[in-house]
Amino acid sequence: MIIYPILLPLIFAIITVLFWENQQVKRALSIISTGLLMIVNINIFFLVYREGIQVVQVGDWPAPFGISLVVDLFSAIMLLTTSIIAFLLAIYSFSGIDLARRKFGYFPLFQFLLMGVNGALCTGDLFNLYVWFEVMLMSSFVLIALGGERTQIEGAIKYVILNLLASTLFLSAIGLTYNLAGTLNMADLALRLQVVQTSGQVTVIAVLFLVAFGIKSAIFPLFFWLPASYHTPPVTITALFSALLTKVGMYTLIRFFTLLFPFESEFTHTIILTSAGFTMLTGVLGAASQTDLRRLLSFHIISQIGYIFMGLGLFTEYAIAASIYFLVHIILAKTALFLSAGMVESIQGSFDLKKLGGLYKHRIGLSMLFLLPALSVAGLPPFSGFFAKLGLIIAGLESKQYFIIGLALFVSLMTLFSMTKVWNEAYWKPPKDSQYADQQKPVSAWRWVPSITIVLFSVLLGLLANPIFEVCQMAAAQLMDPTQYIRAVLGMVR
Amino acid sequence: MQRSIILPVATRFLMPLMLVFSIFLLLRGHNEVGGGFVGGLVAASALMLYAISTSPSALWRLLPLDPRFIAGIGLLISLFSGFIPLFYEKPFMTGIWIETPLPVLGKIGTPTLFDLGVYVLVIGVVVWILLEFAEDE
Amino acid sequence: MLYLMAITAGVLFAAGIFMILRRSMVKVLVGILLLGYAANLLLFNAAPLMRGVPPLIDPIYGVPAEYADPVPQALILTAIVISFSVTAFAVVLIRRAYAVTGTGDLDNMHCTDIPCESEEILSDLEDEII
Repeated sequence: MIIYPILLPLIFAIITVLFWENQQVKRALSIISTGLLMIVNINIFFLVYREGIQVVQVGDWPAPFGISLVVDLFSAIMLLTTSIIAFLLAIYSFSGIDLARRKFGYFPLFQFLLMGVNGALCTGDLFNLYVWFEVMLMSSFVLIALGGERTQIEGAIKYVILNLLASTLFLSAIGLTYNLAGTLNMADLALRLQVVQTSGQVTVIAVLFLVAFGIKSAIFPLFFWLPASYHTPPVTITALFSALLTKVGMYTLIRFFTLLFPFESEFTHTIILTSAGFTMLTGVLGAASQTDLRRLLSFHIISQIGYIFMGLGLFTEYAIAASIYFLVHIILAKTALFLSAGMVESIQGSFDLKKLGGLYKHRIGLSMLFLLPALSVAGLPPFSGFFAKLGLIIAGLESKQYFIIGLALFVSLMTLFSMTKVWNEAYWKPPKDSQYADQQKPVSAWRWVPSITIVLFSVLLGLLANPIFEVCQMAAAQLMDPTQYIRAVLGMVR
Repeated sequence: MQRSIILPVATRFLMPLMLVFSIFLLLRGHNEVGGGFVGGLVAASALMLYAISTSPSALWRLLPLDPRFIAGIGLLISLFSGFIPLFYEKPFMTGIWIETPLPVLGKIGTPTLFDLGVYVLVIGVVVWILLEFAEDE
Repeated sequence: MLYLMAITAGVLFAAGIFMILRRSMVKVLVGILLLGYAANLLLFNAAPLMRGVPPLIDPIYGVPAEYADPVPQALILTAIVISFSVTAFAVVLIRRAYAVTGTGDLDNMHCTDIPCESEEILSDLEDEII
């Protein structure tokens, strides 16, 4: 069962390559693929929810020797969120991606990207994780450069070089790990690293992994590639990247530091908390100074990554649960914001706040599609952002980390400030005379439907916060007790 | 500049040899040195030799399909070999072998089929990349 | 032998980092390549080095008395294939960047920060679809 999230995108990617010239078939295939993926992932989620961690030993090789695919509740939650986003973005891209890009292989790349993301979420093997990251990166490299505008190419160069550097560090860390433990199966590794935990090499490896995935998930001293590249491709692709790529980096960090390096808390978790604080602060300050809608939202990605990272740094069960809830919340809310920004651009032809204006007067529905997720990201009740931040702050109070709580609250306020700025400039400011003609421009239904759906999901996440948070707590309990994971992968032998 | 006569004549002999050698590498691959990837590279370099000694457009005429299709079909073959064990209620990609070795081909099983897919895929992808480079010139 | 390999890997890492910090795009590409080699060499040293011992088991003589660990070699093979494809992409990207920006100097690539008039070359791309 759990092999299908990887196989489905692969099969459909191949078929879309075979139908390279036929645009209609490619569109239909991408809808069918992501729709099927969503159904499969809903099934996997309920399977894991009822019956616990699911394991497949690929090729029937026993666990520490072959490649294991493992889906626990955390992976299942991420898989489900990913496939919902993928389905809605596949619909949105009918209008959000221009014909030249669609002809040039947008749809197969979309499927390959999904395959990489799902593979990284499912795998239980370190080297296999590297391979999935490369699959994901290769497709994202091409997606970000697709179209070949000048800014895009320049952004792509920065993105490619820094991510290749991260991959090299990741590969080196894998080499050192194999040298130390003689295994790359994550469950087996968790057992063996406990035995050698006094060795300084474990700390080196932990920090190498932290840096490698830190670059990929854009945490504080390593985030420079993100604001330089994320705003350059079309907004659908930016939404896809912001929803999947950095979040998979974050998923891996949480997985590694709960499963492989849980005993390193003294050293690494201080680094993590410090970096989380700076990530939040620099991200939101960057956002506050921007006047371009896409760049402003890109800086918010960094700031929100800081919150998830903060939950990992606090390292209690409650904090991890809050981080997981935050991940789901931010994937939905952020995608909704990017999609509404795309609709604004399709009406007024610009992302520059100075050139926008008067949208609230003529386009109340469109304004709501921005306002609701924006308030959610800023953390106002009754939206999901409020509960996510509340969870983190309660966890922080329990661990007596008052400084980071103060910082989190301040950053929340600054987020609200920058969202207010966007609201004032783009929506409330009286329109210029030249803009009246634009206001009547229709927006394609391919954009309306996914945007409204995703905002609905985001609002529901807030209204149903209690049951969803309970699921997140179950996932966090699984993460904080690695013996469950190890027993599921290696069997009852040990 | 006049084209050298040596390379086209040599290619006429080398290309079939290299193609046969690539199939030899493919079939030998499972327990000994060789395999689909190397075999595919050798076959692709034979095709590239042809393209260099004549012209890229001649290679286009030689290929039965667009290199994109060749790559896609290769991937499909590999993927299909992974699905076969599911009919025997084994996990995905488990190797299933025919017990008695066949003449010439040797021992055959799903990994052989997988290697064949890799072979076709590598030919498709390498030719695709290199033809793309050649068109830029 | 191990020390020699370790030092070589270290030198490759240093050279790669040095090249990656240069301003010319081609030199940065060389830096990425060197870093890839360095990581592969590190991976190669992950298992004990043995001379003249194959990782393969001979079908006639059975399991030999000592054999090299095949896992790092399999890992390197995969890593080499990945770095091959990544390099191919990077070369194409740099060519395209040179054609679009008309410069090989990374310092002149500031359009992502300071908006400059965007040249639409999408139509150009359309022609290149095979």
